[in-house]
Amino acid sequence: MEKQIHIEPVTRIEGHGKITVFLDDKGDVRDARFHVTELRGFEQFCVGRTLWEMPGLTARICGICPVSHILASAKACDAILAVQIPSTAVLLRRLMNSAQLVQSHALSFFYLSAPDFLLGWDSDPAARNVVGLVAANPELARKGIRLRSFGQEIIDRLGGKRIHPGWAVPGGVNQALSSADRAWTLGRLPEALATIQETLSLFKGAFGDAEARRVLSDFPSMYMGLVRPDGAWEHYAGVLRIVDAKGKIVEPGYDPSRYYEIIQEAAEPWSYLKFPYYVPKGYPDGMYRVGPLGRLNACDHIASPLAQAELEEFRQRSGGRSGRVFDYHYARLIEILAALEEIGQLLADDRIGSSTIRAEAGVNAREGVGVHEAPRGTLIHHYWVDKDGVIEKINLIVSTGHNNLAMNRAITQIAKAHIKKGKATEGILNRIEGGIRAYDPCLSCSVHAVGRMPLAVEIVGPDGEVRETLRRD
Amino acid sequence: MAKVRVATVWFSGCAGCHMSLLDIDETLIDLAGMIDLRNSPLTDLKVFPEDGVDVTLIEGAVANEEHLHLARTARAKSKIVIALGDCAVTGNVPAMRNGLDPDRMIEDIYGKPVTSNGALPYEGVPRLLTRVSPLAEVIPVDYFLHGCPPPAGLIAKAVLALVDGKTPELVGPDLKFG
Ligand code: SF4
Repeated sequence: MEKQIHIEPVTRIEGHGKITVFLDDKGDVRDARFHVTELRGFEQFCVGRTLWEMPGLTARICGICPVSHILASAKACDAILAVQIPSTAVLLRRLMNSAQLVQSHALSFFYLSAPDFLLGWDSDPAARNVVGLVAANPELARKGIRLRSFGQEIIDRLGGKRIHPGWAVPGGVNQALSSADRAWTLGRLPEALATIQETLSLFKGAFGDAEARRVLSDFPSMYMGLVRPDGAWEHYAGVLRIVDAKGKIVEPGYDPSRYYEIIQEAAEPWSYLKFPYYVPKGYPDGMYRVGPLGRLNACDHIASPLAQAELEEFRQRSGGRSGRVFDYHYARLIEILAALEEIGQLLADDRIGSSTIRAEAGVNAREGVGVHEAPRGTLIHHYWVDKDGVIEKINLIVSTGHNNLAMNRAITQIAKAHIKKGKATEGILNRIEGGIRAYDPCLSCSVHAVGRMPLAVEIVGPDGEVRETLRRD
Repeated sequence: MAKVRVATVWFSGCAGCHMSLLDIDETLIDLAGMIDLRNSPLTDLKVFPEDGVDVTLIEGAVANEEHLHLARTARAKSKIVIALGDCAVTGNVPAMRNGLDPDRMIEDIYGKPVTSNGALPYEGVPRLLTRVSPLAEVIPVDYFLHGCPPPAGLIAKAVLALVDGKTPELVGPDLKFG
């Protein structure tokens, strides 16, 4: 008799989802699935709107990483205007994207995942959250809150709003950086750097051993991320690189605007989130991962000294590339450091204060692709317009989607390791959720779409009958 | 004094309203001492508490069967329900799909040739409602916090007033959309 375990909803992730674990006759795990349960239909209702509305509209795909959608959208629109945007606009967009990496990664680490490490996987579920973290370790919680706030505040100062700033526009940005805001940011930077360095040593100390790093599964896959022409870690421009599990280059530097030649999507009846795969390997063998771990595994180096030293240590501890899902957290912290260093580099460049920030033009191309690295991975906006700039068709491949195959692989591996004879404790369910949480999936984005992820574990028997639903209440 | 029991719920929205709630930054540390945060995407309490809560904040519009069900549960078990942000207040961006047929939409998004295998998601996912609704169309709402998202200060003001047992005064710029 087959059974299913449901985890519903998956919580402390950004979106709506649930997990089903399928058991065989003996009660051992046969398979596990992560279902994304919401769909909003941006690709449909944006048709008929104008180009100029797209950054503002697509920002509403996600309130956690609105900047990602605003920038990818603005880049797709730049391509339709067929303009090269002013160098100051590039610097400012990079600055905002760095700030967003800081705030979003800090949210994922401190607000959503840290309760598992710091309070314990098996700790009381009623307290295993940000409020519980505040109670248990107020100093660390305050530092995490201030780190996220630093990123949000930079976004606010540039764009006039923390969430959904109407700032990046086709052709550039619509507001320059004031000298007061530049000085404020430089003044707060040392505190942010100190916080992340302290967090990194805490993390490496308590969780650095191989056993802890294996808790959320470990498997090989390909990895994808943007890199600079010299192979350096990149988040705003560059070319698409794919490497294999050992770091060997599979695609050295694909032109991002022709992403569709190497990435296609499949669908499954049980999820609103599609399954992208690397075309030459087919579906589902063409599994690859993106996001912090994907980017760190894909690049050769990071172009800032502190983050580069951390990357070297990370690679040394991993014996090369890491396939451990837990290392998403580790990689995320290293990326916060890299983003903070980049903020310092950008603010040291005097061109950043210029007020030449926007190229004005009309519709000069009928199609445009905008690709950049969102906190969760490579984000692709692709628009087709008519001669007046009215949208005829859209394709969006969001960061979380790229990891869909890998998230399902992770939860299957964790469930197999822990669930025996159909028995699962709350702490085991939390580890399964932790496997999802490590990827920091943004379900808001996923289905242009995703919202809250409830997690119930449903146990399904071989006859397809639901035997048991384990929920926390 | 007993802590005020608070739940937060997320329907069809972008999480931006929940993020704006977190944007109260260090006020969160003070608030943490005053509230008992129950069912929320930020916690691991998955089921709406049987014994109810004092205040429920709801982000997002009502777009699928699950939202409808949970909206009714939340109403029945909360003393005060707040529509948090323009999606919950007016339908906002999620309601832009109104007028499109959900089945047709699913076909267009997942069918061939968009995906290589063309499997349509109809199992193990909640069915979409034909029409996306603002919250007040499906349940009575006590307070409306406008904005996309409502500014952190507005959320703090309303929640702190309620925690204090007072009626939030929403006037002037507090009533601005967008
Ligand atoms: S009101 Fe705005 S910020 Fe809130 S969920 Fe809707 S789109 Fe997001």
